[in-house]
Amino acid sequence: MEQGMISKVSGPLVVAEGLTNAKMYDLVRVGKERLMGEVIELRGKTASIQVYEETIGLGPGDPVYATGEALSVELGPGLLESIYDGVQRPLDVIRDKVGDFIARGVEAPGLDREKKWDFKPVAKVGDKVSTGDILGTVQETTIIEHKVMVPPDVEGELKEIYSGEFTVEEPIAILEKDGKKHEITMLQKWPVRCGRPYKKKTPPSVPLLSGQRVIDTFFPVAKGGTACVPGPFGSGKTVIQHQLAKWANAEIIIFIGCGERGNEMTDVLMEFPKLKDPYSGDPLMRRTVLIANTSNMPVAAREASVYTGITIGEYFRDMGYSVALQADSTSRWAEALREISGRLEEMPGEEGYPAYLGSRAAAFYERAGRTICLGKDEREGSLTVVGAVSPPGGDLSEPVTQNTLRIVKVFWGLEDQLAYQRHFPAINWLQSYSLYMNETEEYWTKEVDPEFKKLRADAMAILQREAELKEIVRLVGVEALSTNERILMETARSIREDFLQQNAFHEVDTFSSLKKQFLMLKTIMRFHDTALEAIEKGINIKDILDAPIREKISRAKFIKEEEIEKLEDLLKDISSQFKASRMGGE
Amino acid sequence: MPKEYMTIRDVIGPLLLVEKVTDVKYGELVELQFPDGSMGRGNVLEITKDTALIQSFEGTRGINTTQTRVRFVGKGMEVGVSKDILGRVFDGLGHTIDGGPEIIPEKRLSIYGEPMNPYARDYPEDFIQTGISAIDGLNPLVRGQKLPIFSGAGLPHPQVAAQIARQSRVLGKEEELAIVFCAMGITFEEAEYFISEFKRTAAIEKAVIFINLADDPAVERIATPRVALTTAEYLAYDLGMHVLVILTDMTYYCEALREVSAARKEVPGRRGYPGYLYTDLATIYERAGKIKDKKGSITQIPILSMPEDDKTHPIPDLTGYITEGQIILSRDLHRKGIYPPIDVLPSLSRLKEKGIGTGKTREDHSSVSNQLFAAYARGKEAKELAIILGEAALSDIDKKFAKFSEEFETRFIQQGGFENRTIEQTLDLGWELLSYLPKAELKRVSEEQIEKYMSRFVKEEAEEELEEVKA
Ligand SMILES: Nc1ncnc2c1ncn2[C@@H]1O[C@H](COP(=O)(O)OP(=O)(O)O)[C@@H](O)[C@H]1O
Ligand SMILES: [Mg+2]
Repeated sequence: MEQGMISKVSGPLVVAEGLTNAKMYDLVRVGKERLMGEVIELRGKTASIQVYEETIGLGPGDPVYATGEALSVELGPGLLESIYDGVQRPLDVIRDKVGDFIARGVEAPGLDREKKWDFKPVAKVGDKVSTGDILGTVQETTIIEHKVMVPPDVEGELKEIYSGEFTVEEPIAILEKDGKKHEITMLQKWPVRCGRPYKKKTPPSVPLLSGQRVIDTFFPVAKGGTACVPGPFGSGKTVIQHQLAKWANAEIIIFIGCGERGNEMTDVLMEFPKLKDPYSGDPLMRRTVLIANTSNMPVAAREASVYTGITIGEYFRDMGYSVALQADSTSRWAEALREISGRLEEMPGEEGYPAYLGSRAAAFYERAGRTICLGKDEREGSLTVVGAVSPPGGDLSEPVTQNTLRIVKVFWGLEDQLAYQRHFPAINWLQSYSLYMNETEEYWTKEVDPEFKKLRADAMAILQREAELKEIVRLVGVEALSTNERILMETARSIREDFLQQNAFHEVDTFSSLKKQFLMLKTIMRFHDTALEAIEKGINIKDILDAPIREKISRAKFIKEEEIEKLEDLLKDISSQFKASRMGGE
Repeated sequence: MPKEYMTIRDVIGPLLLVEKVTDVKYGELVELQFPDGSMGRGNVLEITKDTALIQSFEGTRGINTTQTRVRFVGKGMEVGVSKDILGRVFDGLGHTIDGGPEIIPEKRLSIYGEPMNPYARDYPEDFIQTGISAIDGLNPLVRGQKLPIFSGAGLPHPQVAAQIARQSRVLGKEEELAIVFCAMGITFEEAEYFISEFKRTAAIEKAVIFINLADDPAVERIATPRVALTTAEYLAYDLGMHVLVILTDMTYYCEALREVSAARKEVPGRRGYPGYLYTDLATIYERAGKIKDKKGSITQIPILSMPEDDKTHPIPDLTGYITEGQIILSRDLHRKGIYPPIDVLPSLSRLKEKGIGTGKTREDHSSVSNQLFAAYARGKEAKELAIILGEAALSDIDKKFAKFSEEFETRFIQQGGFENRTIEQTLDLGWELLSYLPKAELKRVSEEQIEKYMSRFVKEEAEEELEEVKA
């Protein structure tokens, strides 16, 4: 392969001469240590390269080797339960090779070359197969069956197909087209910057359930949809992303720690093998792939990490799975883009970000979707993308937030004031929105209760009214409120504290089924209606607000899923309580 | 064989542009010999063909283009370490300045370190009792955490940091502790305060001190925390010690970085700070932590003064985005005479969940702290309302919350500079204050916990009435 020579080193950016055949986004090896890099600009005889490892010690004259390949990920059995760096090197393998700190120039393939997988064919000799058709399966983890598909741009007649234990590089089938034989292995490679092909996209229609009440009930995201979580530091972006990774009813989770804390990845690594998926009962790690490019790891690899993650996500989508991807935080990706752009001396746009920030962000989120996959069986897959955004100073007018909001359909706006009060998730209920309401309403109506739609609308109306009344109180004091308005204020408080607030670290509260969410909200709203009726009947407001049942409502979140009938009892109690107090009042 | 050049073309701020060099590497250490014979150091920031851009740690005063010698050392900047560094004082680049013997290094380590593999990390979960209620009760510190203090000019952050250093211990464990103190751009007096504190408590024998003062070269500050943390890593992972690193003041560090960036004419990010400030700070803060199967740990307490007390300024903002929480000092509380003036609501410890509770502190820790937060927030809100509309505008319940928040500030947050409260004392105090509130309002704690921990503080109704009558 062609060899060039470094002429300039500036941080993660290296300029090389003599790579005459290099193409944009080609992978190159830089220096004697053969560090990974990618061509990101070609100008005359020089190629600018972003290097995915620390560049200290490189200098003019050092060699650069072309590979002729684009930066790609390896796809096949063995992805699940892995933790990769931004360019798909397994961090556990790196640790085995060089110890606790990541040294430079370590080569480690994304998929284990030695491990044997039990391949069970489903296609038969003589079948005419093409891209996306399923040749066979491998039980990758106890819960996920890996579908081995005909790779993109390959088709033909199946001449041979094997069964038994194979490594990812051994052939499992032989295709023939126009007299030419083609060996198929379980290992595929795909360039990270191109979306994988599918048959067609269809509009998302069912909610991705998160077990988080404020999300599922008020601001749902659909399977195949896009959402963002902007918020200042400490407002709960990472916890929300972790909660999704834990409790979302997706079949596959891709979690990308992009330029964030090392300990947050460690947390996931230590916790997920112990936590049980509420749907399958198996450890959560078995459906999870982690990508970790923490803030102290090389900045260029951070830029690549989101593409590495989403390509793996698409691959599982292509098998017909519902995949949920969390990117924490996309701002770090954008900053990496900015840093490289600055070193390329490109014309800076707003706040120094390159002019193409918006189009890059859009292209990334466009890779989400609900799709009919390639393959005869027309299976359906989905890839949901949720990106955290870290606006400087919490100021949402900054470019990354603005560019993201233009694309995504769900906005969970986090607010520091709520976080200070320990109102978690600190999602502002007045500003956040979801554009998947109609789609998901149908689902609720069918799967839970037709009454849900109204319940949600009523509750939201109360919260909105509360904001107005609060203004009045601020100006003239509580005395200015009518009795009914005071009841409303109390109900709003109850919705906020007893429903919206959800403690991610409480064993029971961390996850709520749809049924539970519905019953909880219904209880609160039933109390509201009954209280208003009672007022009408002349019962003293103090007696209503002191009703012992209110304490029970406030503790309803701690009712276990297995004891959900207790919630139904509570609902009944509300009516009877008031009958009693009505009698007492008369 | 180091190559020597006298080919400086430009001197711009702290930067030198040297021409006609060969075989120079990015990040390489450079030795400078000034015209007056004195020596300095620098490193290569950028290298294009035969031209190297160098930042001089000693600044560029006295440098000329014709008589200054530039020597490329052939490797990056290193610091020599050995057991003998304990108890010693160094300058910002790691030279001894206490008059003691030179350190004979057991090994030399690159000051840039390497990123810790997230897979090798061990999650920090050992509660450190600092004896300060506002920290232990509400925003607890755990071993291996990076928890900065956000302060402002004139606020008592040295006292708070010194109190933490003095009182910190992990319950039920006797281990080898060490302190690495790293001063960047602070005054002589402030540095002296810390050193005399360490001397008074004999912590000095287990301390390694790096000093770059306000009148020392600013660019040197860019290297100082890296020298200090490389030393800390040696103590933690080679010698198995639990190291507390105090970095003060990160604001001056960032300003030095800005100075270099401006001299390079880089496109500035917010308020003139370079766009890579986040990444740069992360390479410092992320050096805190613990490693699986290794004995030692690094706990970091960076201190920074917020320009204009503004938390959204890029320095505190980016710090908060990287560190595992923050302890914020409040000018309001300080004016009220409350020490430590910790503003608990915007303060945060992100690692508390796994560091507290049964077997670590006490089963009720998490819920009682949540309850205290909620009650204090509500009380403060009520008080704000009362300021505008008068006490009478509050509902009866809000009056109780307002009262609670006052007591909370003067009894829970406030304590002596030498008062060392156990975690039990802190939690019990919290319950006592909560007992002033109606039980039905305590939604964050369970009934069992109320019964177990609070009932002894709840006054009988009769008693209460009696008091009211008296009053
Ligand atoms: N749902 C939640 N339940 C309980 N605590 C939460 C929740 N969300 C956030 N927190 C608290 O807030 C802290 C900061 O949250 P985090 O997600 O790390 O913020 P960010 O990523 O926005 O900086 C957490 O360490 C935790 O203490
Ligand atoms: Mg976060």
